[in-house]
Amino acid sequence: MAVLSARGLCKRYGATEVVRGLDLELAPGLCLGLLGPNGAGKTTTLRILLGLVEPDAGSVEVLGLPVPRAAREARIRIGVVPQMDNLDPDFSVRENLLTYGRYFGLGAAALATRIPALLDFAGLTTKADARVPTLSGGMKRRLTLARALINDPDLLFLDEPTTGLDPQARHVIWQGLRRLLAQGKTILLTTHFMEEAERLCDRVAVLDHGKKIAEGAPRELIAGLIEPTVVEIHGDAAETWAGTHGRNACERLEQAGETWFCYTREGAALVDSLAATPGLRFLQRPSNLEDVFLKLTGRELRD
Amino acid sequence: MNFAAPRFSLRFVPVWRRNFLVWKKLALPSILGNLADPMLYMLGLGYGLGRLLPDVAGVPYLTFLAAGTVCYSTMNSATFETLYSGFSRMHVQKTWEAILNTPLNLDDLLMGEWVWAASKSLLSGVAILLVIWLLQLQENWLLTLWIVPVAFLIGLAFSGLGLVMTALSPSYDFFMYYFTLAITPMVLLCGVFYPTSQLPLLLQDISSVLPLTHAIDIVRPLVLGHIPPAWAWHALVLLAYGAGGFWLALALTRRRLLK
Repeated sequence: MAVLSARGLCKRYGATEVVRGLDLELAPGLCLGLLGPNGAGKTTTLRILLGLVEPDAGSVEVLGLPVPRAAREARIRIGVVPQMDNLDPDFSVRENLLTYGRYFGLGAAALATRIPALLDFAGLTTKADARVPTLSGGMKRRLTLARALINDPDLLFLDEPTTGLDPQARHVIWQGLRRLLAQGKTILLTTHFMEEAERLCDRVAVLDHGKKIAEGAPRELIAGLIEPTVVEIHGDAAETWAGTHGRNACERLEQAGETWFCYTREGAALVDSLAATPGLRFLQRPSNLEDVFLKLTGRELRD
Repeated sequence: MNFAAPRFSLRFVPVWRRNFLVWKKLALPSILGNLADPMLYMLGLGYGLGRLLPDVAGVPYLTFLAAGTVCYSTMNSATFETLYSGFSRMHVQKTWEAILNTPLNLDDLLMGEWVWAASKSLLSGVAILLVIWLLQLQENWLLTLWIVPVAFLIGLAFSGLGLVMTALSPSYDFFMYYFTLAITPMVLLCGVFYPTSQLPLLLQDISSVLPLTHAIDIVRPLVLGHIPPAWAWHALVLLAYGAGGFWLALALTRRRLLK
């Protein structure tokens, strides 16, 4: 049985349709990534699933409960890591966990055992009495994740959990999330980082303009939607090369600024011919989820 | 707008406790800040101006002013808490957003804020009451104990109204309008400093519908030693301002946050 299932979700603000007929399904113990450019409807979708926003059409069931009708009961078993930190700045690390636990109706005895375990999970035991403004960005995110676990949730919603973190801090968060998946938690994650989705998610759904335009395991999407190899080409002669040979040498050729992305099944042959051309610099690599994403949603900026 | 009736549940208590925990950390400056201003007005004007005045409403001016100051101080405290602190929690720190991701719904959250601000303002009213006892201004000590629950009711009235302003406000600057157009006129027109019977009839009519007038109409007789005439009516008006304000604030905040 699905932990989460949404059918035909629609949400409109004035004339703008933010979510347009979205279906989502998430099986227990898996991680589903919602990918999409800014304004694709990811955060609105999460708010609908939490019962904070009523959809104009469609139905939602979370943990077997109808949302928004039984949203309170559903939220008792959900943990949320929001996009923007909203920790209590007046409180210490421990007080943040304590106060948040009370919102779930947890008593002093339950909190006395959970808080030390979560401090340990988040690597914040030595910081338990530090006030929030003194924490680094990575520590704040770890605390936000620990806070989301205070009710030992079955389902976690993570809205861009590693945005703004340095690589070290990001890897620590990823390790934590993998441990949670190993414990059997179910995760719904929105992210801009394709690498994050590829590492953590069993399935990803690509949203654009409020619609799901692709869904599958990251490897399936890469194998099914895009050529296996990319050669990134730049340098003085790149434009000339693209104009004369590009169309024949590549199955698909895209330009972003001064770089040409040549998608192909025959990487080796292409690389040989590029190596023989002076004035070119190039990098051959396997296609990844980001290439799929850019193919599906285009390269123009979304603000 | 969604004017669905507020759904009551005891889940508002953790919000109250959260604010109490913050207050405990800052209790001393908070009490001093809340108390100093109204007390200086009361003692400065009460002694300074009082010397020049004959008895007002049959009592020394300081006594007359003390009763008004209880209400004024309570109003101020409830207003500041819901406006500035409430806005910080809603808009700046996004504390409310964090809370709405838990089993609490907006009704619980605002109920917690409403009751909390009334509790905090109760303290401000009681602080002035302590000064009244200290200076032995009251006629009947036992009767003045009624001021404690009345101060809570006054707190509910002005917290309810304050939450409406917070729900509408784009920034802290917006609150100046409320102070200039509502709070300051009330301080001057509702009988804190002189009996409203001194006002021209039109201003008396305006004054008679304002919540601070009803608050003072209960508290002043209690200080002067008699049961307030029509106390139930005044209490009902205060409750109506509070509950009406809370309900409107809930509808406005739903529109603001749950969209």
